[in-house]
Amino acid sequence: MSVLVGNETRLVVQGITGREGAFHAEACRDYGTNLVAGVVPGKGGQTAVGVPVFDTVAEAVEKTGANVGFVLVPPPFCADAYAEAVDAGLDLVVSITEGVPTRDMVRVMRTVPPGGTRILGPNCPGVISPGKAKVGIMPGFIHKEGHVGVVSRSGTLTYEAVHQLSERGIGQSTCVGIGGDPVIGTQFVDVLELFAADDDTEAVILIGEIGGGAEEEAAEFIRRELRKPVVAFIAGQTAPPGRRMGHAGAIVMGGQGTAAGKMEALRSAGCTVVESPAEMGAAMEARLRG
Amino acid sequence: MNLHEHQAKALLAEYGVPIPRGKVAFSVDEAVAAASELGLPVVVKAQIHAGGRGKAGGVRLARTEDEVRAAADAILGATLVTKQTGPEGRLVRRLLVEEGVAIARELYVSFIIDRSTGRPMCIASAAGGMDIEEVAAETPEKILTVTVDPAMGMQPFQARRLAFGLGFEGQVFRNGTKFLTALYRAFEGLDASQVEINPMLVTAGGDVLALDAKVSVDDSALFRQPQVAALRDIHEESPFEVEASKHRLSYIKLDGSVGCMVNGAGLAMATMDIVKLAGASPANFLDVGGGASADQIENAFRILSSDPEVRLVLINIFGGILRCDRLARGLIDAVRKLGVTLPIVIRMEGTNVELARRMLEESGLDFTTADGMRDAAEQVVKRLAGQEAA
Ligand SMILES: Nc1ncnc2c1ncn2[C@@H]1O[C@H](COP(=O)(O)OP(=O)(O)OP(=O)(O)O)[C@@H](O)[C@H]1O
Ligand SMILES: [Mg+2]
Repeated sequence: MSVLVGNETRLVVQGITGREGAFHAEACRDYGTNLVAGVVPGKGGQTAVGVPVFDTVAEAVEKTGANVGFVLVPPPFCADAYAEAVDAGLDLVVSITEGVPTRDMVRVMRTVPPGGTRILGPNCPGVISPGKAKVGIMPGFIHKEGHVGVVSRSGTLTYEAVHQLSERGIGQSTCVGIGGDPVIGTQFVDVLELFAADDDTEAVILIGEIGGGAEEEAAEFIRRELRKPVVAFIAGQTAPPGRRMGHAGAIVMGGQGTAAGKMEALRSAGCTVVESPAEMGAAMEARLRG
Repeated sequence: MNLHEHQAKALLAEYGVPIPRGKVAFSVDEAVAAASELGLPVVVKAQIHAGGRGKAGGVRLARTEDEVRAAADAILGATLVTKQTGPEGRLVRRLLVEEGVAIARELYVSFIIDRSTGRPMCIASAAGGMDIEEVAAETPEKILTVTVDPAMGMQPFQARRLAFGLGFEGQVFRNGTKFLTALYRAFEGLDASQVEINPMLVTAGGDVLALDAKVSVDDSALFRQPQVAALRDIHEESPFEVEASKHRLSYIKLDGSVGCMVNGAGLAMATMDIVKLAGASPANFLDVGGGASADQIENAFRILSSDPEVRLVLINIFGGILRCDRLARGLIDAVRKLGVTLPIVIRMEGTNVELARRMLEESGLDFTTADGMRDAAEQVVKRLAGQEAA
């Protein structure tokens, strides 16, 4: 098995007729994802990327059995698209959109009932279960089927980690980008819970960055519950305090959210914490051998 | 985006948050005129986007017109060095002249988004005027917090809980709960990422006022906050960063000598980290975006080469679906067009990487190609050492 997406995924792309929407819908389908529908309000009845387009997500679910949404719409409309997916009862909805107002995310998260739709992102590369399905913008070919779970707040740095693994012949069960914004739908701990329960995941790479306390919460979970080897890297060891490093959430404030604090928390939870981003693959290789 | 105190106060006042009467002044004469309009005494306050102004001499009480003139003259045009400006300080270009109020108590209140719950949170403390981080470290029991349900807004019982906790009574209690409720509405309405009132003031007459105000607004929400966006003061930003933001590049100047050009924020931070680990020092953070288009690369080069501290450029592009030969063509064109003479170490990954390497090597330009991030960092250090020897 893998987590979040796999052979059972039936994908609906929200915003499928846009340039980005069409491009990535096609790339996901070409990777092997079962793309079943698109949604664009006012374009119901048309066809795009070889699948029917519907006016609403609810209709797409009813007619095609879609269970995962991929939102490719501009920032002002992203929260509404997430909310529509939640209302339609999808299992998972992913958005890569960068620049979604934080207040919109705060409000959307309030609409998810307990046990309801899982929101991933925004501002993330998405999720891929190599060889099965990809719902995201990551380059599929750098991945390799296998048993290491990857979870990260960053995009290209995740590709770097995956590349280092695949280069060593180490495959991945699922790679999840949770996004670099201050308020996101799925946190490290949520993904670690999934990896903990997944028989196909034998070890985990966690890639964090400065800002907030999500890595510390992850460390606490790992210490308490995760009986699988974890290799971790924290980006931003050299970042100056008080500055936002590209990601809206990457900021050290009042001595909180430093790389040093996160590295220490993860280390004392039993993770192998690498200082250099070039060592992620090698460290995992060592943990798997050891 | 950060705002000046006088801008923040004007916006808060629109939501019903009480503030002292005041006027902004750009010259000594304007400050004197403002004081005579407001009536003496006044407080003359430096307006810069950095805290710690009081301790650095940027907040002065003036009882006479001569004192107003002297205070304005001393602060305007001065470079204030506070604990938040760094050693280079910040030039003061504007003042806030405010009525002097009789102080009974100084307290602290702020709203932020609590990242672990994903909800607004109010933080309050009876220790006004102090750094909240200090209070949190030394006397955490003095800090009150309330988490707000975004669907409900700040509820009356929550405002009361805070007001009781701060020791408010009678008329001050009523004014205090009104103040807190209005402040939450402003936080929400302005799409603020932080609103901090330090000190929140209780006057001798029982009024509750925002004596200082720091408001940061979510950059991602500026498209629907045109009134806030119009308040941007580019003097408070580094010229390099202003230039970069015009080209939708995310750039932050640091003080090292290795110019970094990377796609993706996480990889850009990681690249700075590995440069530092190898014994060199990054000159900047620079994210050229996922696509690293020819246009982005040219603008990035322009910014990096205008920084006199930069002695070498490190490019780290994880292209994935991006074709490296196209990237190489963009790089070669940009370097030729701009006449870049800095040595360039480049690591790239993606389709056609071998062809791209050959193109760079055969260009006759000073490119060193690296294999992986570690090799890139080692090449950087080697080239810098070579420069020192020469
Ligand atoms: N209008 C005013 N009337 C009377 N006293 C004032 C007034 N404004 C400021 N003060 C006094 O000056 C002190 C410092 O003011 P303020 O909090 O605005 O600046 P600061 O905190 O030193 O600067 P920063 O916010 O940049 O750190 C206040 O705690 C208060 O005692
Ligand atoms: Mg203050």
